[in-house]
Amino acid sequence: MIEIRWHGRGGQGAVTSVELLALAAIEEGKYAQGFPAFGPERRGAPIMAYNRVAEKPIKIRSGIYHPDVVVVLDPSLVGLVNVTDGLKPGGLLIVNTSKPAEILREQLKYKGKLATVDATCIAREELGVPIANTTMLGAVMKMTKVLNMESLDGPIEERFGKVANKNKNALKMAYKDVKLAK
Amino acid sequence: MGKRIGMEVGIAAAEAVGLCNIDVAAVYPITPQSHIAEHLSDIVHDGRIDAEFITVESEHSSISACVGASATGARVYTATSSQGLMYMHEVLPIVAAMRLPVVMGNANRAIAGPLNIWNDHSDIMNQRDCGWIVMHAENGQEVIDMTIQSFKIAEHPDVMLPTVLNMDGFQLTHMIEPLEFPTQEEVNKFLPDRVPFATLHPDKPVSMGCFNMPEIFTETMKVKDTALINSKKTIIKIWNEWGKQFGRYYKPVETYKSKGAETLILTVGSMGETASVAVDEMKKAGKSVGLVKLRLWRPFPLEELRAAIKGCKTLVVMDRSVTFGGIGGPVATEIKSLIFHDKDRPRIINYLMGLGGRDVTVEDFISMVERAAKKKDETYEFYGVRE
Repeated sequence: MIEIRWHGRGGQGAVTSVELLALAAIEEGKYAQGFPAFGPERRGAPIMAYNRVAEKPIKIRSGIYHPDVVVVLDPSLVGLVNVTDGLKPGGLLIVNTSKPAEILREQLKYKGKLATVDATCIAREELGVPIANTTMLGAVMKMTKVLNMESLDGPIEERFGKVANKNKNALKMAYKDVKLAK
Repeated sequence: MGKRIGMEVGIAAAEAVGLCNIDVAAVYPITPQSHIAEHLSDIVHDGRIDAEFITVESEHSSISACVGASATGARVYTATSSQGLMYMHEVLPIVAAMRLPVVMGNANRAIAGPLNIWNDHSDIMNQRDCGWIVMHAENGQEVIDMTIQSFKIAEHPDVMLPTVLNMDGFQLTHMIEPLEFPTQEEVNKFLPDRVPFATLHPDKPVSMGCFNMPEIFTETMKVKDTALINSKKTIIKIWNEWGKQFGRYYKPVETYKSKGAETLILTVGSMGETASVAVDEMKKAGKSVGLVKLRLWRPFPLEELRAAIKGCKTLVVMDRSVTFGGIGGPVATEIKSLIFHDKDRPRIINYLMGLGGRDVTVEDFISMVERAAKKKDETYEFYGVRE
C-alpha cells in the first residue's frame, strides 16, 4: 500500500487531485481511497488531502500520519506548514516550486528524497490560471509510478469536459519537467 | 453485478436510492449528508427516476412530509444528520407508531454543543427509544447494499416499521472508494413493490395516527415494542436473501477472528474496519484478540451478541457517544445490562472515543486493548483526553 498526503490551500483543488488519483487507480482495478482532511472549507487556508492505493482491499479509515509520499501544491506552504511531518524514512517529497532544490532543503532542513517542478508556471501557460492541482498529478505519476498516466484520462475528461485536454497537457508537461533533486 | 467503480460514498447512497423505485423523497441538506440530498435531487431532476423530490424548509418538515407520503402508500426516503435528526426527533416515534415504512439515511455527526460538524454517534444514540429499526454500515459497499435492503425490510408485511441506516459522516460519506452496484434488474428482482396495509385516500377516508386514551396507550406501547422485537426475524431473512442473490452476507452481529479470543473489541460503524487491522497486528504479536461488530442496534440482537462474546474474558466496548451522568457510553451500558445475570461474564471495559471527529487509528485500538488489560475496575474512560 502506498499512502500519499497532499498539502494545498482551500480552493486550489487538492481534493480534486486525490479524487482523480483514486478514481484512476480504481479504474485500473486497484483499491484506493481519496479523502480530504475533514474540516471547515476555508478558501486560502492550508488544507490536506489523502490517497491510499493498494492491490488489496483497504481497511484503514483513519488519517495518514506516516505517508510514503508528500505532495506540496502551493509553494508558499513551505516554511508555513511542517510538510515533512511523519514522512516515512526513504519517503518522497514532491514540491511545486520555482526555487532551486538546495534552497528548499535548507528551508525545510530536509535531506531525504526530493523532487521539484515549477507546476504553477506550467499551469499558467497551459491553463491560464496559477492552479497546479492537475499539473502536479503528472509529477506524482512520474515519481511514484503508482499507476499508468493514461488511467487518469477518463476521470479528467469526466471532470473537466471542454478543458480536459488543457489539463492533460499540463499534466504531461509536469511529467516531463519534474526532477529528482540531488 | 457490475465492475468496481470509484465513487464518493455519499453520492453512492443517493445512487442506491435511485435504484429502489421510490415515489417521494423529502430531504433537507445538512453537512455531511448534503451530497446525498444534492445528488438525489439531481437524479430526480434529470428524470432518471419518476419520483417527487420535496424541497422542504426544515428536517421537521421533511420527516412530516415523509409521514404523509408514506401514509398514501408511497415508497419514501429521507436523509439527514446530527441537528437535522434532532429536529426530526419529535416526529420519529410517530412514524414508528403509525407503522410507516419510511427509509432514512443518517450521516452520523456529533450533536451540538459545542457546535461540531464531524463524526460520532451522538445523533443516532439520542433516538434510541423512538421505535425505529436502527442499523449501521461499516463501509461504502454496505451503504449501497443496506440502503436497498432497508426498503424491503421496512415495507415487509411482517415488519412495517421505519428504518434508519447510519453511515459515519465524512469517514464514509466523503470517502472515494471502490464500489459495486447491482443492476436495475437485479434490484427489481430483490425488491418487490410496496403493498401498503392501508392507504390514505380522499375517496376512501380512514383515520391514521389516532389519539390514545390511558385505557389503550399501554397496549399500543406493547404492540410497538413487540413489532420491533419481532422484526429481527425478517431482517435476518432478508439479509440472507441478499446474500444468496449477491454473495455478500449480513448479520446482526459480525465477528472477525473472534473465536477463542480472550479479549474482544466491540465496535459500531466504520471504525470496525480500522479495528480489524489492529486485531491482525495484535494477533501477529501473539495476543489473543478478536473483534465483534454490532450492525443492528434496534432491535437489539441479544442472542447473537451473547453468542459472539461467549467465552471471552475481557470485552473492550468502543462508544462513539456519551451518556452524560450515566455509567459510560450507550453501547456498553446496554451490554452490561444484557449480561448482568450471565455466569462467567467478561469484564467490560468501556472507552468513549472518536468523539466529534477525533481520529481513531490502528495504534489507538492497540493502546486501548493494552490499557484494558491493566485496568483494575470496570469504570469507563474517555480515551485520549489531553489533561
